[in-house]
Amino acid sequence: MSGNVPRPLAQTISALSTAALASAVGQAVARALDRGALAFLAMVAALAVLVVVLSLAVPADSQFYLSSYFVSLWGKYLCFALLALSIDLIWGFCGILSLGHGAFFALGGYAMGMYLMRQIGTRGVYAHPILPDFMVFLNWPELPVYWYGFADFRYAAFMVLFVPGLLAFVFGWFAFRSRVTGVYLSIITQALTFALMLGFFRNNFGFGGNNGLTDFKDILGFNVQAPGTRAALFAASAVALMIGFIICRVVVSSKFGKVLVAIRDAEARTRFLGYRVEAYKTLVFTLSACMAGVAGALYVPQVGIINPSEFSPANSIEAVIWVAVGGRGTLTGAVIGAVLVNYAKTQFTSGILAPYWLFVLGGLFVAVTLLLPRGIVGTLQHWSQEWRQRGRNTPESERVREAAVRAAE
Amino acid sequence: MDPRTTSALLYLNGVTVSFDGFRALNNLSFTIEPGEMRAVIGPNGAGKTTMMDVVTGKTRAETGEVFFDGSYDLSRLDETEIALLGIGRKFQKPTVFDMHTVEDNIALALKGDRRARKTLFWRETNEERRRIDEILEVIRLSAVRGRVAGLLSHGQKQWLEIGMLLAQDPKLLLVDEPAAGMSDAETQQTAELLREINRERTVVVVEHDMTFVRELGVKVTCLHEGSVLAEGTLDQVSQNQRVVEVYLGR
Repeated sequence: MSGNVPRPLAQTISALSTAALASAVGQAVARALDRGALAFLAMVAALAVLVVVLSLAVPADSQFYLSSYFVSLWGKYLCFALLALSIDLIWGFCGILSLGHGAFFALGGYAMGMYLMRQIGTRGVYAHPILPDFMVFLNWPELPVYWYGFADFRYAAFMVLFVPGLLAFVFGWFAFRSRVTGVYLSIITQALTFALMLGFFRNNFGFGGNNGLTDFKDILGFNVQAPGTRAALFAASAVALMIGFIICRVVVSSKFGKVLVAIRDAEARTRFLGYRVEAYKTLVFTLSACMAGVAGALYVPQVGIINPSEFSPANSIEAVIWVAVGGRGTLTGAVIGAVLVNYAKTQFTSGILAPYWLFVLGGLFVAVTLLLPRGIVGTLQHWSQEWRQRGRNTPESERVREAAVRAAE
Repeated sequence: MDPRTTSALLYLNGVTVSFDGFRALNNLSFTIEPGEMRAVIGPNGAGKTTMMDVVTGKTRAETGEVFFDGSYDLSRLDETEIALLGIGRKFQKPTVFDMHTVEDNIALALKGDRRARKTLFWRETNEERRRIDEILEVIRLSAVRGRVAGLLSHGQKQWLEIGMLLAQDPKLLLVDEPAAGMSDAETQQTAELLREINRERTVVVVEHDMTFVRELGVKVTCLHEGSVLAEGTLDQVSQNQRVVEVYLGR
């Protein structure tokens, strides 16, 4: 078609549509970022700057100095926060309770791990220029085809999004088209991650089996252990979290987001209104899986290992608990829940209470479900809404609003 | 598109649906003409709701034909496609989006591009704003437009759902027990509302409440055991010996 259009005209048209798209995106972002969202973003940005400065620019004997252990630990929390955000997007706003989201996180992690393995080169134990150690150990003659290209960061970064996204799309396509909902959907997501775990445990699967991928050396030419790299990875995690948060806000504050909530609350009604429910669900599920994949990819270089236990169903369930604790359907709550619960986990599992961590986690879930069904942030929001409503006379404000509307016309 | 085969807006011929051997619809045939308002009555289990399920694509007919607007075979389409053809449905239990405001409920129902990629960057136009105001006026909910739908009274929810149907701009409205659980005044207002809607659209009302059906004053179809038992004015139907037997269980 475009071949027949004179070139300058075609360029004008494409420039126009690009401009139109850019302005549509700009407006959507402006609408998405209310005061609360901006405050949240500012806090994450401030945290990122603070941690980077305190770990790099402050002398090691200062009391404000942050060790690289601390930086990696908090970087890990931020990755979990991004995973929690991705779960909140589908669970809190569309009612899709995925108990297998750890699978997408782990797939993103494996894609990054494969890149990091290819960067080791001759520095491995067996000093093979191409094959990772575990392949030499298993007497593999050459690199499997699906490992091709992972030496290139851009390809690996693409796969971090593509593999979880594709799996989620195919899975969602079948599940949502067959109208699998509620607890049945949760169960098959769980089966999905369990099946992947069993697969990745096998040596002949080609991903390092039981041991997974580890012993990483470089990322983009920088030593993964170096304090500067750790700080950069922390900052990258913070930026990814902020971008993820903005994307989620844009989605949920759009009409698309309203349709998601409509599906959550009355799926049949939404369908009888003419919305293609399965398309909406598949799209948001895929988006969420891509976000989880990015979280996994940033997690792996910071903890230095990825193995099949990341696929374990318990991990996915734990991630759902973070969201429940923080408050589903609030986005900021998911982030706060993930950081709080993981901070508590670090404290508990490193002290005398270590054997009881699972009881604490279980107890926390029960307590939140019974006492704070809205979660921490959800409860705070509810209180502030009630307080505001009590503060002003509702019918009065409605009358004012109506008058304003009439005046505008 | 197939050539037009009938002048009727809705055409059911020999429709049968069974659940575990129970025939919810048994060789059901009837037609609705464009612009008509029809009341469908019948005792519990007569197949009224199943009939609506078949028309809206929720349940598939085992045998028989279901045609809309003369040319669309509804038995081949799913709920979404049927809704987009212009058939709106109100459920027996009022079903609105509880967490959305009254205004947003209407906005979601408003006729427009329903595709996911379009809704992502959707912005409300003045025309849409005008339509929403208009509909809120018709269903008498302008004063509570900013309120969350879950906080509405039962009767208000029923109206909101009818308003959502209007926003869809359908050719045919299927309304399941609109007066259930309403006060007398509300019932009367609902009948008035339906008559107003009927000026531009075809309406099928399923109803138990005989005073409400009388209020509507339209042609009545009485279903029993999945087929049409009698058809005519309410007076004719209620004098029919079989109808009396069925209703009084003799």
